[in-house]
This record gives sequence, C-alpha cells and structure tokens, in this order.
Amino acid sequence: MKLAAVACAMFAFVFVVMVPLYDVLCDALGINGKTSGVAYTAVPAAVDTSREVKIQFIATNNDGMPWGFRPQVTELTVHPGAATDTIFFAENPTQLPMIAQAIPSVTPSRAAGYFHKTECFCFDQQPLEGLASTEMPLQFVVDQDLPKDIRTITLSYTLFDVTTMAGGTIAAR
Amino acid sequence: MGDHHHGPAKGLSRWLFTTNHKDIGTMYLWFSFAMFILGGTFAMIIRAELFQPGMQLVEPGFFNQMTTLHGLVMVFGAIMPSFVGLANWLIPMMIGAPDMALPRMNNWSFWILPPGFLMLASTLFMEGGAPAFGWTFYAPLSTTYAAPSVTFFIFAIHVLGISSIMGSINIIATIMNMRAPGMTYMKMPLFVWTWFITAFLLVAVMPVLAGAVTMMLMDIHFGTSFFSAAGGGDPVLFQHIFWFFGHPEVYIIILPAFGVVSQVIPAFSRKPLFGYASMVYATAAIAILSFVVWAHHMYTVGMPVAGELFFMYATMLIAVPTGVKVFNWVSTMWRGALSFETPMLFSIGFLVLFTIGGFTGLMLSIAPADFQYHDTYFVVAHFHYVMVAGAVFSMTSAVYFWLPKWTGRMYNETMGKVHFWISFVGFNVTFFPQHFVGLAGMPRRVPDYALQFADFNMMSSIGAFVYGASQIMFLYNVIATIVSGEKVSDEQVWDGAEGLEWTLPTPAPYHTFEVPPKIDATPAHG
Repeated sequence: MKLAAVACAMFAFVFVVMVPLYDVLCDALGINGKTSGVAYTAVPAAVDTSREVKIQFIATNNDGMPWGFRPQVTELTVHPGAATDTIFFAENPTQLPMIAQAIPSVTPSRAAGYFHKTECFCFDQQPLEGLASTEMPLQFVVDQDLPKDIRTITLSYTLFDVTTMAGGTIAAR
Repeated sequence: MGDHHHGPAKGLSRWLFTTNHKDIGTMYLWFSFAMFILGGTFAMIIRAELFQPGMQLVEPGFFNQMTTLHGLVMVFGAIMPSFVGLANWLIPMMIGAPDMALPRMNNWSFWILPPGFLMLASTLFMEGGAPAFGWTFYAPLSTTYAAPSVTFFIFAIHVLGISSIMGSINIIATIMNMRAPGMTYMKMPLFVWTWFITAFLLVAVMPVLAGAVTMMLMDIHFGTSFFSAAGGGDPVLFQHIFWFFGHPEVYIIILPAFGVVSQVIPAFSRKPLFGYASMVYATAAIAILSFVVWAHHMYTVGMPVAGELFFMYATMLIAVPTGVKVFNWVSTMWRGALSFETPMLFSIGFLVLFTIGGFTGLMLSIAPADFQYHDTYFVVAHFHYVMVAGAVFSMTSAVYFWLPKWTGRMYNETMGKVHFWISFVGFNVTFFPQHFVGLAGMPRRVPDYALQFADFNMMSSIGAFVYGASQIMFLYNVIATIVSGEKVSDEQVWDGAEGLEWTLPTPAPYHTFEVPPKIDATPAHG
C-alpha cells in the first residue's frame, strides 16, 4: 500500500531529515547561538590591532545543579585574530563525585560563527570528586571577518549535572 | 465474499466485528460525543476554578492536568473522530460507493481508539497524576519534569496516530477508487473534497507527531538527548517538530468543517454553491501553505528576523484562500431563498464566529504584536473561536442536517433552535471577554489571576456553564429523535438538499449503492 509507505516515510523523515537538518541549519546560520563542538585549528593570521571587541562571560547553573561555577574575569577586551586564554572555576560542594557538562551559547547569535574556541572545557564532560574544586581553561580566537557592527560578544555557559546520564558516548558540544 | 447477508448481525458482535461504513460511522460519532462530554467536564472544572480569583476548588497541579487533558481529549478524542465518523457515513453515500475501500481496516481503526483513550484517561489515577504539561507537551516539561504517567501518554498518542493514519488511508483509497462512473473529481461534493485533502495532510503529519513522542520516549528511558541541552540536544527542536505537525493539524480539524458548511449553506439557500472550483483550489492552497507556517506559534523563541518575517508573511497569505471561502459562502446566500432551520443556523453561526476567529488569527500572525499576545488568554479566545465555533458548530450543523437521513426521523426543530441560540450566546459570553483579559495580560494555563480580571472571568465561567448545559439538551434531542422522532420518508428530506445521499431512501438502508448510480453529464455544481 503506497499510502502506508508514505506514512512510514514521514515517520522516518522526522529522524533522518528533520533532526540533522535542524542541526545543520543551526550550525550553518548560527541561529541559535550554538558554537562549534570541535576544537578550532588556528589559522595563522594577522592580529587586527585596529579593532577591539569586548567579550563578556556568563556562568549559569542549570536547575538543581549545586556546583559553584564562575568565570575568573567577567569581561575581556581582545583584538580579532589574537588567541586569548581565560579560566572558569568550578567547585563541587557535595560529598559525592559528580560529572558536569557545560553548554555554551553566544549572543548575538550572528557572532557564533566567528567565535572560535581552540581549547574549551565544554568539549568534554567535567568529573569532580566530592568537595573538590578545579580550574577549567578556555582559549579562543575572534575571527578577523567578524562583522564590523558587532562590538560586544557575550559567551554564556550553562552547567548541567550529567552524573546519571554520563556514558561518555554522548556528543558534547 | 461468500456469505451475502442483507442486514446487520445481532447483538454486541454487530458492533465489534462490523465492517459496515454506517455502523462504524455511528460508533465514531457516539464515541466522539462521549469524549466531547469528558473534555467538557474538564473544561467545567477549569472554569469553576477560575470563577473567582484565588485558589478554591483544585490544586494547581490538578488544574494543569485539567488544561492538558481538556486540550488532548477535545482535539484527538472529540473533534477528529467526529469528522472521521461523518466521513465514514457520508463519503460512500456521496460518491455512490457501496462501502469504504478497506472495510476491515476501518473496523480496526475505530476499535483501537477506545483503548487509546482509556490509557490516556487512566493516567489521572496514577501516581504523580496525569500529564500536566499542556496539550502541546513542550520538552523539557514533558521529559525531564514530567510525571511517570507520561509513558502512557506517549503510547496513547501512538495509538491515536495509527488510528488516524489508517482512517485517512481508507478515505483516500475510497475516494480514488470507488467513485461511481461519471463522478469525476470536479463533480465530487465539497465535503468529499475537503476530506480528501485533509486525509493527505493526516498521512503526512501524524507520523511526525509519532516521531516527536518517540524521541521523548527515548530521551526519558533510553538516555538519548534529542531535547536535552546537556547532551547536545535542543528543547527548541521539540517545538519545531511539534508545530510542523501542529499547524497542519489545525487545518485537519477545520477543513472538514468547511466541507460541511459548503453542503449546508447551499441547501438552505436553495442555490448551488458559489464558486465551486475556487473552493476546491482554496482548500488545496490552505493545505499546502499549512506546511510552511509552523513557526508562527513560536515567534518568541528567539528566531532570526528573517525567520520571523518569512513566517509572518506566509501566515498572512493563508488569509487569502480563507477569505475566498468566506466570500463564496456569503455569495451563496446572496439572493437565495433562505430559510433558517437548525443546521442553517449553526452554519451561519460558524460563518460569523469563524470569521472573528480568523481576524484574531491575523492579529496573532503579526510577529511584533504577537510578542504581547503570546501565551495569553487572547490566544485561548482565538483558537476557541476557530475550534468550537468553527469545528464544533459545523459538526453540530452536520448532525442536525443528516440525522433525518440516518435515522428516518426528524429532530425537534424548536428544541434545535433553542439549542443554537443558547450555544451561540453561551459561547460568546464565555470566550469574547477572554480577548480583553488576554490583551490586558492574563496568562493562559494559570489557576489564579490578578484581581482586575475577576469580572470578565466570572462572566466567562457563567457562559461556559450555559454552553456546557446546552450540549446536554443536544444529546437529549438526538436520543429523543432516534427513539420517538416524527417519521420522515421523503428521500430528499430538505427541499434544497442536493447530492447522491439525498437520492437514497430515508432512513438510509444498511447497504446502499450496491449497483453504482448513474451520474448525469451536466455539472453537479453551478
């Protein structure tokens, strides 16, 4: 029956087309502020010292996440093309070992495609023993092609408790 | 088919094993009316709680379960099955076919519905309560934060989806293969046309809904992260998938209603339908556009401006074919020999109130304005004008219109007219004030509200009780008609009624059109 086949095809369509298509579109257009989930290999390029871009850092805990989580500095001024390092602090106040996953989001979302992370704690899950604390590194480059009208980029991290779902196989972004 | 029997089997097995389109249609109609009463009961609980500000009758958690189940039961249990029932009864009779193309599947698609709804209703008695995340079941409310009963909800949705898909396949197969000789596509009654297009929409989008709930199931039980940001998913993806189903769904509900009104208005205007071909094309245009407007339900999720604009313009475009339809109905009545029996009253009520709902829809389509209207009672008022005054009024009109043909007995006309006027007034008293409280900022799905909304809410609740009570009168009228209504034997019943179903004896015999009727060469529509 052809129509039954259409129904099955539409069911499959949701999984094999809509989900990846959504990811592809969001990546390509940067429309939901998602940054790339893989480390950026730096392209040697001149540092554009004629421009300054303000980078703001925000750290938020997801609902029910007990960790302490904050950036070392809340604001940096960088030149496009220059690799910059900063640190986020995390502290597990509970008695039990936990695993966390930070999810980044960039505002304005148009800037997401121009904000390259060469090293980020958000690429991996972060395990932490009970009552332990750690410093988590972040290195990034702002692309020289960043549109001229963008003078401030806000990078927001939300920290999720993934202790129960951490199988190590979940793609971290 | 060896055993050639002429009447229905006796007893319960007639209904359990029937493959007769009239029996199955009847069961669909009764089942949907039962669900209408159930969903209506939930609505009465909601309105009773909102009668006064503050918390009086129910816990907030239970209130959320009521709003959720009211929406689910009304959409999937009352409106959709009622139109499938109508399709079962009427499509074979309208196109001159002896039965549906796939009668055994027809039986199955009805009989999986009651267990599906039993499963959904049983969640009310489970630990943690029934689903409480709204009928749109946005993730993560429906995944991370849902009660354990959500799994039963997911399977219930699967079952309803399978039932709808089978019903639609049956309707498409019937219309494509079983038309009487000479019944070309452009001679089909408009009710058949609207259902033909609706069935294609259903086959296309019910599997998408099944996909969405399957992803929820996997997120909840199998550790995937389709809608969980922690694992790389995205909650907004849920809204895109849901509304890719959800927007065509609202046209699935309203298109058969358009079909009914397009049969009733010409009959009581004693004129052929104005602009038959344009009606067909407008229906098709609405169906196609319905696939590219879904994100107008989610203007506030943070879409780029280009997206907002695209969905805004595409949504406004839908007003064009819809306007064509409204003008065609009005033109059909223009200089007609009008009479105002109950079916006509409900159809005119549909026309007036649906148009109001259409206008508020246009207001909501304007993205910047929608930021204010989003998730307020203005939206609630809008979709009740199109769902209740649209779909339910047209369904009521259909029951009064065809009931004499089905039963061979005439309903009580006075009681029918009283039912209409109480419904019409009750409906407007319920939902018109909700426009005002919505514009003033009262959010939907909240069991309490600010004091300045008290008067309008009390008015709304009184209207709702009146509207609800008038449906009991409808039930009484229908039962009284079946049991002891005045007998009708005229084949045409209504002097302006046109179409093959009105050439059959009244009441319609158990088997009809075993020999295909002859369709004359002249166009059936002016």
